[in-house]
Amino acid sequence: MTATSSKVTRVIGYSALAFTALALLFGLVISGPEVNMRDSVRLLYVHVPSILTAYLCFGITLVGSVIYLRNRSTFWDLVAGSAAEVGTLYLAFALITGAVWGKPTWGTYWEWDPRLTSTAVMFIMYLGYLALRRMELPHEVRSRRAAVLGVVNIINVIVVHYSVQWWRGLHQGRTFGLDPQIRDMQYFSWFLGTVALGLIAAWLIIHRFRVGWLERQLDEIHLEEALVERRGEGV
Amino acid sequence: MYWNFVAVGYVAVYGGVVAYALWLLARGRRLSSQVPEERRRFLD
Repeated sequence: MTATSSKVTRVIGYSALAFTALALLFGLVISGPEVNMRDSVRLLYVHVPSILTAYLCFGITLVGSVIYLRNRSTFWDLVAGSAAEVGTLYLAFALITGAVWGKPTWGTYWEWDPRLTSTAVMFIMYLGYLALRRMELPHEVRSRRAAVLGVVNIINVIVVHYSVQWWRGLHQGRTFGLDPQIRDMQYFSWFLGTVALGLIAAWLIIHRFRVGWLERQLDEIHLEEALVERRGEGV
Repeated sequence: MYWNFVAVGYVAVYGGVVAYALWLLARGRRLSSQVPEERRRFLD
């Protein structure tokens, strides 16, 4: 047992491990290649879940930020920050897997296509959000500014999502959805990857929240010690 | 040829997740040892 684990995180963690094993088994072994993409279709079982989970994380950041701006709750500030950090990590995964999928499929790792460009901008914006959360500022000031940015950044998430419909580019439209371009075992492999990476994200957010809580407590302890020391000097 | 790209993608994602998870657990453990028990209630 670790310092930030609990019964809930252990249940989520073991479920994530089980689904990851299934996702790897179906994604790499059981499901076959696709007609056009061949074996590179397997990258979509991690690429699409990564971007979807990143969207979800940024949605949590939005909710946490709005609630923080209303009631100044430390809990929601930490929820927003934790979800943003995990979301940014998943966004990096989406960019990496998209690039390695693009090379054998499009013949290039990167293209200044609307979807790719807006995703890169979104990544930089959330890196900025994370940098802001690490600035040496009073907690209230830092949290308030981060919450405002957490709300503003969601605009780019919407732009990224609809970019394939608004502008013509190299990136394909929706591969998965109500009328998916791939079916059966490939669709099931994508579903398993989505559940696995979603459960992993939940586990990471909870642990990141608890680490953030401990960091905040330690900051307060150091502040209290400094105040006691200062008062001692004044006597 | 495709499998090299597939391997890079999967290692990046699952390797990245494992590295981040291990960092979180280690940092949590280190911070926890410095914070008294009564201040370790996460949902207060």
